[in-house]
Amino acid sequence: MASLDRVKVLVLGDSGVGKSSLVHLLCQNQVLGNPSWTVGCSVDVRVQDYKEGTPEEKTYYIELWDVGGSVGSASSIKSTRAVFYNSVNGIMLVHDLTNKKSSQNLYRWSLEALNKDSSPTGVIVSNGDYDREQFAENPVPLLLIGTKFDQIPENKRNEVLTRTAFLSEDFNAEEINLDCTNPRYLAAGTSNAVKLSRFFDKVRNPQLSTVTCSVSAEIVMFVVWLYCGEQKP
Amino acid sequence: MSFMVDSVIMFTSQVLFFGFGWLFFMRQLFKDYEVRQYIVQVVFSITFAFSCTMFELIIFEILGALSSTSRYFHWKLNLYVILLVLIFVVPFYIGYFVVSNIRLLQRQKLLFACMVWFTFMYFFWKLGDPFPILSPKHGILSIEQLISRVGVIGVTLMALLSGFGAVNCPYTYMSYFLRNVTDSDILALERRLLQTMDMIVSKKKRIAMTRRQMYQRGEDQNKQTGFWGMIKSVTSTQTGSENVSLDSFSPDLSLIQQEVDALEELSRQLFLETVDLQSTKERIEYSKTFQGKYFNFLGYFFSIYCVWKIFMATINIVFDRVGKTDPVTRGIEITVNYLGIQFDVKFWSQHISFILVGIIIVTSIRGLLITLTKFFYAISSSKSSNVIVLVLAQIMGMYFVSSVLLMRMSMPLEYRSIVTEVLGELQFNFYHRWFDVIFLVSALSSILFLYLAHKQAPEKHMTL
Repeated sequence: MASLDRVKVLVLGDSGVGKSSLVHLLCQNQVLGNPSWTVGCSVDVRVQDYKEGTPEEKTYYIELWDVGGSVGSASSIKSTRAVFYNSVNGIMLVHDLTNKKSSQNLYRWSLEALNKDSSPTGVIVSNGDYDREQFAENPVPLLLIGTKFDQIPENKRNEVLTRTAFLSEDFNAEEINLDCTNPRYLAAGTSNAVKLSRFFDKVRNPQLSTVTCSVSAEIVMFVVWLYCGEQKP
Repeated sequence: MSFMVDSVIMFTSQVLFFGFGWLFFMRQLFKDYEVRQYIVQVVFSITFAFSCTMFELIIFEILGALSSTSRYFHWKLNLYVILLVLIFVVPFYIGYFVVSNIRLLQRQKLLFACMVWFTFMYFFWKLGDPFPILSPKHGILSIEQLISRVGVIGVTLMALLSGFGAVNCPYTYMSYFLRNVTDSDILALERRLLQTMDMIVSKKKRIAMTRRQMYQRGEDQNKQTGFWGMIKSVTSTQTGSENVSLDSFSPDLSLIQQEVDALEELSRQLFLETVDLQSTKERIEYSKTFQGKYFNFLGYFFSIYCVWKIFMATINIVFDRVGKTDPVTRGIEITVNYLGIQFDVKFWSQHISFILVGIIIVTSIRGLLITLTKFFYAISSSKSSNVIVLVLAQIMGMYFVSSVLLMRMSMPLEYRSIVTEVLGELQFNFYHRWFDVIFLVSALSSILFLYLAHKQAPEKHMTL
């Protein structure tokens, strides 16, 4: 079971992609009126319901740590930022859909954060090169968020969505594309909201995905056995 | 025939410079952004190419390469193009991109861009009034009018940058000024930073829980739903940190919010201090390496040079003196007259001035590009990157034009004539005097500024 005390999720991405607006939207359910540059790290807290609607419903807090800066910062800034990367339960990678460079920089962001992860099951990365297999076995759940979706003209939408699909495959993560100034994208019942709550469940309970897999495999085997049993003359 | 050959040579070199400017733009300046408006890249590369061509022409002048008529022709051509770019093209595009960023003026972009350009021209013209830069025999629409004004702006920029650079260079190179930072200082600060973040988190959790409970309490009471709904709709139009209408239900909520704001400010300050300490620690480690020691030695040398330059600038201003001979001829005179060494003056003066002028050109181009890059990284964002690059292109063009103007003083008499001929009868002495004044002002204020900044920093550590 994940630690019940603290659930910490990092929100990473280049400056100007909309991390502060996103965090504000997720935690306060309101649009941020006057975004300004984040200096250092700003934290906000989201109240999330676990197993909503069931008798075991539990409310817990998710801390969203919005770390500011760029991948090309001076090494003194990078080593100070590393302080925030300790004991992380999940990472949200934010990129700007209108700026390809911000999507490319996400590889460097994820390497920076995962390299500094001090938990014993941390990913071992060799000489900073990106390797897709490492992300497949990565214990820290990732979520890919593309912002400024409304600023893409209609005819370019397909191209952009294909690109982000490749990106989410690379990271072995789900993707959400939204506009941080419009709460409609995360309204209850949309596929985005479902992906978000699935991500938070995985963050809180990292064994959940593997447990569900093995349990569902057992159920499938059982059903097949039943079915084959009935077919016997 | 030789004119054709010369023109081909000039054109090839211009294409090379253009390519270099293009690469610099893509690899260095815009490496974190996407280039969507190629016109910006083209304008920047053109400005760079024509500025470098001017330097190339000076070198050719000294070396005696190409025939003098074609040299003169290319000087004039280059000058006209550069002035056209600096006064018409770049300001217009700056105005255009500034206007495109403002949402209200989207409709009549071109019109507003033209208006901005006319305002720029008006101030540009007015700039010439307080300065005695023109002799009365020039007409109102002559090329000298434009060059003189561009020269004033460029010389001011040059003096500001070199004044600050002359003081900052020894300050950064010498390890004498480095404060003592230990690992435990950094760890202590980092621990404080994390503790502050934890406190912020726990307070925000309390706020979130209290708001949730109030929301649920509000839903249970059916009678007040309408009233509660109205209040909720009011709060939903404000940003999260202004929980004004919830005050009436829970006064401690606003109190906690104020504490959170204060803690967030503290966390920002702690973060910046930690970054400062980390960079100082890295500089200390660097100063222990061989390279660091070399730079430390250079720093002492540069500080002596800087003091000498400030002294000379003061002397020039106080005694109203403008150097008549350039350093090359003066040096040769000294060696010939006082040291009695005989050598072929003409031959050596050509080569030495070539080397000297070459060094000056290369270091000033390199220094300017590095400064521009640093400046660009510090202040640009994805919205304003186009405007800032164009402003930098403008600064670069004016800088290079005025460095040609000032370089005239460093060249022996026989090479000065072409510059004088091409640029027209400007009051060159004025520009040197103006450079000295601004250099002095800039150097002294940088010393004051660095002294204050240095004094403040150790005090912060005392309070830890």
